[in-house]
Amino acid sequence: MLAYALATGIVFGLYFALVGIGMNLVFGVMRIVNLAHGDFIMLGAFSAFWLLAVLHLPPPAAIVLGFVAFFLAGLPVYYALVPRLARAREPEMLSLILFFGLSQTIEALAAMLFGNSERSIPGRLLGRGPVHLLGQTMPRAWVYAAAVSLAMLGLVWLYLHRTRLGRQTRAIMAARQEAVAIGIDIHRISAIAFGIGAGLAAVAGVFAPFMLGSFTPALGIPLDLTSFAVIVIGALGNPLGTVLGGVIFGVTLMLMRAYLSSFADLLPDLVLILVLLVRPAGLLGRQVRRA
Amino acid sequence: MWRDLGLVVLPLLAVLAVLPAVYDNGALLLNFVVFLVLAQGLNLTYGFSGYLPFGYVGFFGAGAYGFAMSVTLAGAPPLLGVLAGGGASLLVGLLLTPLLRLQGAYFGLASLAAAEALLHLIGNPNLQPVTGGPYGVKLQAGYAPLLTYALALAILALTMLLVAWLRHARFGLRLLAARDDALAAAMAGIDIVRGRLVIWLASALAAGLIGAVFAWRTATFFPDAVFDLNFSIFAIVFTLFGGAGTLAGPVFGVLLLYGLYNAIGLSAPQYFQLAYGVLIMLLALFFPEGLAGIARRIADG
Repeated sequence: MLAYALATGIVFGLYFALVGIGMNLVFGVMRIVNLAHGDFIMLGAFSAFWLLAVLHLPPPAAIVLGFVAFFLAGLPVYYALVPRLARAREPEMLSLILFFGLSQTIEALAAMLFGNSERSIPGRLLGRGPVHLLGQTMPRAWVYAAAVSLAMLGLVWLYLHRTRLGRQTRAIMAARQEAVAIGIDIHRISAIAFGIGAGLAAVAGVFAPFMLGSFTPALGIPLDLTSFAVIVIGALGNPLGTVLGGVIFGVTLMLMRAYLSSFADLLPDLVLILVLLVRPAGLLGRQVRRA
Repeated sequence: MWRDLGLVVLPLLAVLAVLPAVYDNGALLLNFVVFLVLAQGLNLTYGFSGYLPFGYVGFFGAGAYGFAMSVTLAGAPPLLGVLAGGGASLLVGLLLTPLLRLQGAYFGLASLAAAEALLHLIGNPNLQPVTGGPYGVKLQAGYAPLLTYALALAILALTMLLVAWLRHARFGLRLLAARDDALAAAMAGIDIVRGRLVIWLASALAAGLIGAVFAWRTATFFPDAVFDLNFSIFAIVFTLFGGAGTLAGPVFGVLLLYGLYNAIGLSAPQYFQLAYGVLIMLLALFFPEGLAGIARRIADG
């Protein structure tokens, strides 16, 4: 039981890292907690429903389509909302309120368009039969999701460290004022980061029906809390810390499910509070953020 | 201070006190008072210390369950149960005081997580003998519409008096200074920690007491009903719409928006979620100080 909990914990942990990394990228670049992130994932889950279960597209096509569509949709959202915020008196608080409003708007629209009933997608769409991994047997869909998550996390790393745009992105994360001073176009880089964040949420959403079970338009807020917990454990603003955060979160969740199952729902909330209080900068973080 | 009382608090209370005689939907009137208290309670903490607790509903639910458990388990008379509800929310508020070390988004999300954790704990099937678990509670505290309404009005009066007092007293001005620039306020010798703690607990107490009254009146409820995130969302929207930190703003917010909410009907909650979501975004983008800010702009020309 312990070995199974650890193995599935790592598999789910990689997926949770994918769930959180888009929110973390946006926070790192814009210092905005995107509370609509969970709703982007929810919309991704609905696109998976249409693309995989209704149109019967192959899963890789659904992933690429989801990423591209959400990336493109993210750009105008950024330009409509964020530059105006930056001029406000209390940008951080207002951004929280603003994106909370966006989250409510998306959830309401999804409920009006798709209804509030629970939907699910059969796991066999990602391949039949169990897989042996880390000495354990688990559904093929889980392993598929973990592998894609790992690939996406690797692509984020490549983008940030091996491309010109990525280096500019990291410059903004490290020192915003200096980045402006040397002529980096903050809004262009930030808009791309916001689009990538939305695209990553879409990919996480495609796998949400397989990893989290049935879904409704109300999935957003719980996923926001999970994402926030994952990135706070790693380190806010440090996208790679998210991988550590995801794995710690996944393993803890599976251990709770194995030994204390009725209290497993409490986990994201408690982890979030404890980490914020005990180590507010996250396990890999350096900055301290206290009032 | 006296002007605030004469122009806002007394007229509002007088109208609310007379309304049951001419309008017979008592449950709706009580809901109005509940949201007036929640909006003013949130106004206390957000308007005066800058902390925006998305999990504000946690105190409301704690008050409801404090009432329910003291009445069912300890056999307390309902009036004592209301005090127990207030005590329960104070206790939760005390437990959460470490959260005040966090700022901005961290505080908002941590408080939301705390409210969700409380909901999962109370709704846990293992705790069914104590809390009723996911099956909720069924109270036999006695149906007392007039008494519960009067209690709710009393809680509203106390909360609004506190807001009115803070707007003019030295203590409130210190809090506002600390909200606008904590470092400068601390340099000027203001005890920020004590001030924020007091206002946080007062805000928790207001929500807990009104939660207890709500539980008394409702009698049968599930955990999701009293920990419904919509209580937080509504309180935030009403307060922001009217203008945080003012006395009349949240009142206008509740009367206009909750009035509209009820006038159009409850059949499709999505439409209101959509309207409120869009409203929140517009407020954040264009009118961060709400109606009060617009009024001030007009007054200043």
